[in-house]
Amino acid sequence: MAAKKLNLKDKYKLLTRDLDWEFSYEDRKEAFPYEEFEGIKITDWSKWEDPFRLTMDAYWKYQAEKEKKLYAIFDAFQQNNGHLNVSDPRYVNAVKLFLTGVSPLEYQAYQGFAHVGRQFGGVGARVACQMQSIDELRHVQTQVHAMSPYNKFFDGFHDWTHMHDRVWYLSVPKSFFDDARTGGPFEFLVAISFSFEYVLTNLLFVPFMSGAAHNGDLNTVTFGFSAQSDEARHMTLGLEVIKFLLEQHEDNVPIVQKWIDKWFWRGCRLLSLVGMMMDYMLPNKVMSWKEAWEVYFEEAGGALFKDLARYGIRMPKYADVVEKEKEHVSHQAWWTFYAYGHAAGFHTWIPTDKELDWLSEKYPETFDKYYRPRWELAKKLEAEGKRFYSQALPQLCTTCQVPMMFTDMENPGELSYRSTEYKGEKYHFCSDGCCDIFKDEPEKYVQSWLPVHQIFQGNCGGPDVPDILKDFYHFNLGADNLDMKGSPDEERWKQWKSA
Amino acid sequence: MPVQAITPEYTGDIKDKVENFHGNQVVYVGWDQHLMFPAAFAWPVPPQMSFGDFRDQVMDSGFSSHPEWKQINWDKTIWMLDGEAFEPDESQSLESLGIGHKSLLRFRTPGLNGFKGMGV
Repeated sequence: MAAKKLNLKDKYKLLTRDLDWEFSYEDRKEAFPYEEFEGIKITDWSKWEDPFRLTMDAYWKYQAEKEKKLYAIFDAFQQNNGHLNVSDPRYVNAVKLFLTGVSPLEYQAYQGFAHVGRQFGGVGARVACQMQSIDELRHVQTQVHAMSPYNKFFDGFHDWTHMHDRVWYLSVPKSFFDDARTGGPFEFLVAISFSFEYVLTNLLFVPFMSGAAHNGDLNTVTFGFSAQSDEARHMTLGLEVIKFLLEQHEDNVPIVQKWIDKWFWRGCRLLSLVGMMMDYMLPNKVMSWKEAWEVYFEEAGGALFKDLARYGIRMPKYADVVEKEKEHVSHQAWWTFYAYGHAAGFHTWIPTDKELDWLSEKYPETFDKYYRPRWELAKKLEAEGKRFYSQALPQLCTTCQVPMMFTDMENPGELSYRSTEYKGEKYHFCSDGCCDIFKDEPEKYVQSWLPVHQIFQGNCGGPDVPDILKDFYHFNLGADNLDMKGSPDEERWKQWKSA
Repeated sequence: MPVQAITPEYTGDIKDKVENFHGNQVVYVGWDQHLMFPAAFAWPVPPQMSFGDFRDQVMDSGFSSHPEWKQINWDKTIWMLDGEAFEPDESQSLESLGIGHKSLLRFRTPGLNGFKGMGV
C-alpha cells in the first residue's frame, strides 16, 4: 500500500512547530539557560511568526537545484579561463579582500546561528536559526568555490582562514563577529539578523555583486544570485526578530534600542572597507559609496525606522554622524591601506587621473579639499622613487579595531580622538560611537585583541615587521603585498594579454 | 553593569596592561595637520627613555618620511599630552614628564601645515 501523503499544512506543522515537546521532568529554564540573562522578556513564544515558511525537505530540494546551476557556471569559468575576462587585474584585489575578510564571517554566522538555534525556548525561532545556519555554511562553501579559480593565477588567495585569524586589518571583521557571538542569543539576532542583514546588508552585497558584474567576474556574480533568495529569507528573520521582541514586552524596547545603536555603529565602521572597495578598488565603478549610503540607508532605512517608531524605536544613535562621514570614510580607508600597502595581503595603488576626477565629481564637497592633496603627495613621492610606505604601526580603536584614521566631522581636517579610563587604564577610540560601546560593557572590551599591541607584546613572532608578515600572517612577501605597479600579478596579466 | 554576562561578577582579562609589554609602555603620537600619516603612531618604549631620544630617534623613524619633518623648529612646536597642554623637557624621561602607558601625545607645527598647506 502506498504511504499516505501529507497535505502541505500538516507537513509544515509536523516539520516545524511539532518538533517541540513539553518538559515533564526537566526544568525548561535549565534547558534554555541563555534565555533570560540579557534582560529580554518573552511572554508567549507561540506569537513568533515563522519567517521562512519552509520545511527541511523543501529546503534541500531548492538549494540542490540552485547548487546545480551554480556549479555548472563555475565549471564553465574554469574551462574558459574566466579569470582573463576581468576588467583589470586591480579588480582581483577586491576579491582577495572579500575572501579573507567576508567569507570567514559567513562561517562565523554559521556557527553563531547554530548556537542560538539551540538556545531559544521557542521552536519557531530555533527552526529559523537552524535553517539560516545551514544557509551560511552553504555561503562560505560556495564563495570559496567561486573564488578558488583565482588562486591559480593571482597572489594572495592561498591562506585565507589563517589570515582572517591573524592579519591586522582582518581583526576588524573578525572582532565584529566575535563581539556578536559572545553576546547573548537575542543580542546576536539583533546584531546580525536585524542590524546587519536587514538594515545594512544591501550595502555589502549589492556593491559587491554589481561590482563583480561590472568588472567581468562571472563566478562572483553567479554566487551572488545564488545567495539572493537566502538573503531575502535572512532579512525576513531580521524583521521578525525585532517585531517579536518589541511586541512581547515594553521592557524590551530600551534594550533593543541600545543594541540597534551599538550594531548600527559597529556595522558602519565595518562597511568602511566596502566603501573603499567601491570608490577605489573597482576599475569599473558601480556607484559611489556616498550614493550607495543614500539609496540603501538614508532612503530605505529612513522608511524602516519611521515604521518602527510606533514601538518606541528611533533612528540609530549617531546616524547623523554617519551622514557626514559618507563623504569621507572611503578616502580615509584607502589612504590607510595605501600607506600600509607593505603590510597588506593585497595590492594598493594611486588612482588614475581619470579616477581622481571621478572622485572629485562624486564628492564635490570633500575630495579636492581633503583627499586629492594626499594623492598629489603620493604621486610626487612615487615619481621621486620614494613610494610612500608608513614606517611605524598605527594607533587602533579599542572597539572597532580600525586604525584611528577617521577625522572629526566638526573639523574634518583633524583626526577624531576619544578616550576614557577604566580601572586606572587608558582606552582610546575613533569616535563617540565606539567609546559609548566600550563604556557600556568595559569588561568585554578590555579583552580586545588589538593586533598592534599584540605585536608589541611579542605574541606575533617577529620582532621585525617583515618576519611577522611572512611567518605569522603567511604572506608571500614581494608577491602578495606592495604596490600593484611592478607586482607579479601585473606582470603575469601583461604576459597573458600579449600572448 | 560593566558587562552583560551569564556568569555573575564576570571580569575580563586586561589584554594591554603595561606588565604585558616586557618593560616597555605604549606611547601614541599624532602630528596634527599631517594626514599623510593616516593615524597616530604607536610605539613600545621604555618609560625611562629621555624625551629627547624619543623625539629624535623613535618619532624620527615614523615621521621623517614627511618633507616637512626636517624643517620643524621644536621651540615653536605646540604639544598636547592626553588632552592637556604640555611642555616637554628633552633631558627628562617620559615617565617623569607624566607620559604614561597608552598616553597620547599630539603636536602641532605652526607654519608647517602639511603638503601645500593642505593638512596632509
